[in-house]
Amino acid sequence: MTATSVVRARAGARAGRGGLGPLGVTAATVIAVAVVLAAIGPELASADPNASDFAHAYGPPTPGHPLGYDSQGRDLLARLLTGARTSLLGPLWVVALGMTAGTAIAVVAAWRGGWLDSMVSSVLEVMFSFPGVLLAMLVAAVFGPGLTSAVFALAVAYIPYIARLVRSAAVAERHKPYIQALEVQGLGAFTICLRHLVPNLLPLLAAQATLFFGYAMVDLAIVSFFGLGVQPPDADWGVMVASGQSGVLQGYPAESLLAGGCIVLLVVAFNVLGERLSDGRRVHRPWRLFRRGGTA
Amino acid sequence: MSGILDIDHLTVTLAGEDRPKPVLSDVSMSIAEGEAVGLVGESGSGKSMTVRSIIRLLPPGARMEGNIRVRGVDLGTLRGAALRKMRAEMPVIFQDPRAHINPVRSVGDFLTEALRIHRRMSRAAAEDRAADVLDEVGVSEARRRLRQYPHELSGGLLQRVMIASALLAEPRLLLADEPTTALDVTTQAEVMAVMDELRRERGLAMLFITHDLELAAAICDRTAVMYAGRVMEVRASASLLERPLHPYTAALATARPSIERKVDRLTTIPGRPLSAFEAPDGCAFNTRCAHVRESCREQRPELRTLLDGQVACVRVEELQAVSHD
Repeated sequence: MTATSVVRARAGARAGRGGLGPLGVTAATVIAVAVVLAAIGPELASADPNASDFAHAYGPPTPGHPLGYDSQGRDLLARLLTGARTSLLGPLWVVALGMTAGTAIAVVAAWRGGWLDSMVSSVLEVMFSFPGVLLAMLVAAVFGPGLTSAVFALAVAYIPYIARLVRSAAVAERHKPYIQALEVQGLGAFTICLRHLVPNLLPLLAAQATLFFGYAMVDLAIVSFFGLGVQPPDADWGVMVASGQSGVLQGYPAESLLAGGCIVLLVVAFNVLGERLSDGRRVHRPWRLFRRGGTA
Repeated sequence: MSGILDIDHLTVTLAGEDRPKPVLSDVSMSIAEGEAVGLVGESGSGKSMTVRSIIRLLPPGARMEGNIRVRGVDLGTLRGAALRKMRAEMPVIFQDPRAHINPVRSVGDFLTEALRIHRRMSRAAAEDRAADVLDEVGVSEARRRLRQYPHELSGGLLQRVMIASALLAEPRLLLADEPTTALDVTTQAEVMAVMDELRRERGLAMLFITHDLELAAAICDRTAVMYAGRVMEVRASASLLERPLHPYTAALATARPSIERKVDRLTTIPGRPLSAFEAPDGCAFNTRCAHVRESCREQRPELRTLLDGQVACVRVEELQAVSHD
């Protein structure tokens, strides 16, 4: 008995790693490092990210300031590290809100079917025709610029993409015999959806959440670039790309390049990981993460 | 007559491509408290549709006429919570347990969920109950099984888990939809034995669906034979097998292989089984029946009470007289 469970545990571990592949593992590592830096980075930075010192404007790297200074003489490393926090938290909220709302809408539509399903699908079609970034800017313009309005607007804009995908998977799942067997057991629709249907969609949801995280990061950076997202002097990678523009023209591209590079690196990492997760959907069992601590 | 389950003139039509397709036509039967009734028929004869009508799991667009009463309560009038409660008391044992158990939840979750939701039992208490019942259906190491996942169990074990889950609901009526068809023959025998024993012990009524006439006869008190969405004959199992009245049942009985006789070719019924929507006017079996008369094509024979059961054939008496000479 013990021997078999050891074998099973090993097989599981191999399937998990092997499924991601070296590129996937690299991507996961990049993301993990970024998350750690975003969490503890601001404490690591020796300088105040908002303290300007015009004597050092566009200054080259000096000891203690390894990446040099921006146009206002602020420490670039400190700004990149604090920027990481907003740049990661923003997309996290977008994905969390968008996935929750999108999945809820999709599951209800798939469960009820009929006119409700057709109505939801038509509303989603209409929402598709509206670009997310444009919506985010519109909302920011109406409710005042800031990260919160941009996050809400983008979350709403992502709902149709998430809902359409989840709906088709949920419809397929809903007609599986085990779901019907649960209905026959006398379980309520809410219980079945929450405890059985959605957990069976988790592999798909995990993969999609990762992909959408990447998209959200770019879109939020765009909104911030246009000055409607995160407001200066708060550091954010999108804001930094924008404020570095004048530097690019004067031959000091460091700020835009560094912030832009961070965005590109993380978005690529999220896309790679998202793709790996959806490829290995049958191998991976993300729901195991959600089990009450018990033996496997 | 009011038993635990009464089906009265049940007619079900599905939404077809161009016109509605009947699948059940005027089906009536009843099951008394503690009685096992077998429902036998070829594929497409409407056996499973009968069960699906009882548990109200018909495909969208299906229309149901007639009524189904469980302990006198008309199922058609139930909605929402009342329907869920009624369903919880009428567990179904499905043909393919692997498809009917959520693959991502442990066996323990599957077995205890209904107890925790419907009876508000604590997790520990529910697991104790589940382990006891698993033990009863002959699953060894019940405690360990509760922690396992469906894919770690064999088909036979999983079907026992399904039976255990049905028994945990403490029902008065079991619905079994070909519970052993997906299992291999030896497992089939074991699972049937366990089911039969536990049913008798607890005095449960059962509607047992199968296409195996002899299996039905072996474990059921009465057996109903269906053809093209209609009931052809309902009689005590033993006499149905020994002295079938309806020509269709008789033809089925002679088409059985037997270990005692050696024959080159098994007798067959000419033609192919018809579904309800293809059924001709009059008796549904008239296109294949060896004893067909003009009257069989004109009017649909009603189920008539005869000897120890009911039969839907106008020529029964004549044919019986002939066969006894």
